[in-house]
Amino acid sequence: MADLITDDIRAWIGRCDPAQRIEVTRRDIIKYSMATEQCLDKYLRGDEAPPMFLFGAQQPLLPLRELGPDGLRKDSLLPDLPLKRIMAGGVKQTHQRALKPGDVVIITRTLTDIYEKQGSSGPLIFVVYEIEVNTEAGEAIMRETQSRIVR
Amino acid sequence: MSLKLSTVTLGDVIAERTFEPTNVSLFLYNAAIWNPHRIHYDESYTTQVEKHPGVVVDGPLQGDWLSQVAINWIGDDGQLLSLEYANRRAAYLGECLVSGGTVSAIDPSNNTVTLDLFIKNEQGEITTPGTAVVRLHH
Repeated sequence: MADLITDDIRAWIGRCDPAQRIEVTRRDIIKYSMATEQCLDKYLRGDEAPPMFLFGAQQPLLPLRELGPDGLRKDSLLPDLPLKRIMAGGVKQTHQRALKPGDVVIITRTLTDIYEKQGSSGPLIFVVYEIEVNTEAGEAIMRETQSRIVR
Repeated sequence: MSLKLSTVTLGDVIAERTFEPTNVSLFLYNAAIWNPHRIHYDESYTTQVEKHPGVVVDGPLQGDWLSQVAINWIGDDGQLLSLEYANRRAAYLGECLVSGGTVSAIDPSNNTVTLDLFIKNEQGEITTPGTAVVRLHH
């Protein structure tokens, strides 16, 4: 199998995004809860954010002109890869506490690994991120290892 | 309503739940998470350019449905401590997906329960397997 991960690509391991500061609002929680068909009233009223709310909350907000023809933004933490189709891979999360409206969190993301595997229909590249979410005061909210699959 | 640890038995099966994503539900989900990737709402682009068989149901949305198996089971006062899942197989608009889970471990020393979770498609193929650890009351 050809080595798809060049030294230039490998040099991206360890890079991180500037920290994002996110203000959690009741309205954003309710939108997310409705769209994901939550069942518990605390989510549908926006009193508390569902655990996966943070996946959306960490997506950067960019001007439309910065979106590519596939609709995606140029990811600041994704090197130019020889494969192009990007899919979600999976997550491992630990939650310290649930978010509530009014919380202000700081989210940091670091690219921690890039490796390739042979899939059933061809080579796959896995890109792995570590995401940390803390309140502005420093209280831990969530830790996540997230992977994306490029094929 | 909150679940009590004393009522939980190893192997307990959590009731299955059915999801039938639509153009509207996928649009609202991707708007809520601010995801403009066209494979989630633009059918001709998705099939002709990215060569998927249909509009793709977001992997993280299936991850959310997986988390809901756990958080709905534990109720208002339980706590989700950890969640892990893998997006193994793509799912497409028009498919009917089913979530569910079973109790795979109970630790009375810290009131935690481990759940094995799944999202499966109509063929019974698991698209998204996962596990969650939750803390319950006594």
